[in-house]
Amino acid sequence: MRLLLGSLFAFLVAAVVGLGTTYFALSRGAAFGGLTIGSWTAWPKSGTIDADPYARASVARTGQLPMALGDGVSFSARTDDRGRALDGRCNVLISGVTPAARFWTLTLYNTKGELVANSVGRYGFTSEEIVRNADGGFAIDVAPRANPGNWLPTGGVERYELVLRFYDTAIGVATRASREVPMPVIKTRSCP
Amino acid sequence: MTRWLLLLLGGALLGGIVHLATVMTLPRTATHDAYSRLAGTAPVNAVVALPSPSPDSAVMPFMDPAFVSAVCRYDLTAGPLKLRVPVGPAYTSVSFYTRLDVAYYAINDRAAGRRVIELDLMTTEQHNEMPEEEDVTAADRLIVESPTPTGLIAIRALAPEPGQLPMARASLAGARCERQDLAKISRRGQ
Repeated sequence: MRLLLGSLFAFLVAAVVGLGTTYFALSRGAAFGGLTIGSWTAWPKSGTIDADPYARASVARTGQLPMALGDGVSFSARTDDRGRALDGRCNVLISGVTPAARFWTLTLYNTKGELVANSVGRYGFTSEEIVRNADGGFAIDVAPRANPGNWLPTGGVERYELVLRFYDTAIGVATRASREVPMPVIKTRSCP
Repeated sequence: MTRWLLLLLGGALLGGIVHLATVMTLPRTATHDAYSRLAGTAPVNAVVALPSPSPDSAVMPFMDPAFVSAVCRYDLTAGPLKLRVPVGPAYTSVSFYTRLDVAYYAINDRAAGRRVIELDLMTTEQHNEMPEEEDVTAADRLIVESPTPTGLIAIRALAPEPGQLPMARASLAGARCERQDLAKISRRGQ
């Protein structure tokens, strides 16, 4: 009886620890070799044949096709630069410059990776569409209500994720965070 | 007390094994991965255009709405494939994925250096079996080796502005992926 109870206990611990850590690792995106700049993170290696088991498992779970490294690199952010979760009811400003690439696109998704419905049908910006400042930098207002300038609507969702993709870029597996890879700053300006 | 602590430790160790086992087997058992999602609708060895993602529907999560995309779900068991992709208005890329959605190769219009991206896709065995003289005459031919006999080719064209979406869509409509021997026959017939 003691043996049975003991092994049951051990198996229960094993199930909780094993499945719990797997769930946690995959929902947090715990692949190796992440490149973090500010609140942006990319996994360039996940777009190659050398993708580690965590990258492979998380791709299989979400059902997306990872961006191949020969195509480009995809950075995502779920928080602003102070670590505050991105909230669709707040006014968030993305400003600065981007690393060298032939094209880039910025897209707003909900936490499931779906586009967010809004009144103007805008889901993101491309590097060609953006209105720039005199110094070549740009500022994008991510907000629930219309703003003059580059306005990216949030649709008022509670949580969202920003994905900044660079196409035909030199950023790769060997890239380290430095002045050559300047990523835009994300700042929460005001919340209702 | 020590007995329970030991059991807890043993359970935690076993949990580590469970963790590794689930992470390793997940790609093989997943039923909602990109390949499985497309398997129902995309025919084998043919290019099929994917609908642009919208808030209500998307073939896959995290699709870039600025792109027009098409896929070719391939099976190389019967022979190598020939891929031809006309280049779009701004940026066109072709990415290759194994059956388990691992990207193993990608090329874009600039790297291809022409108005059409043309390449041959085959398994390593098929490449080794290729007659030598054919390899020589085809020196300017781009050959891509697939690590698995089946997989996915994602073809994508950027529309930098929404007005260019029809142009990007039209250029992808000309993309072809077909069996090499069949491609040869159809060319002779012309």
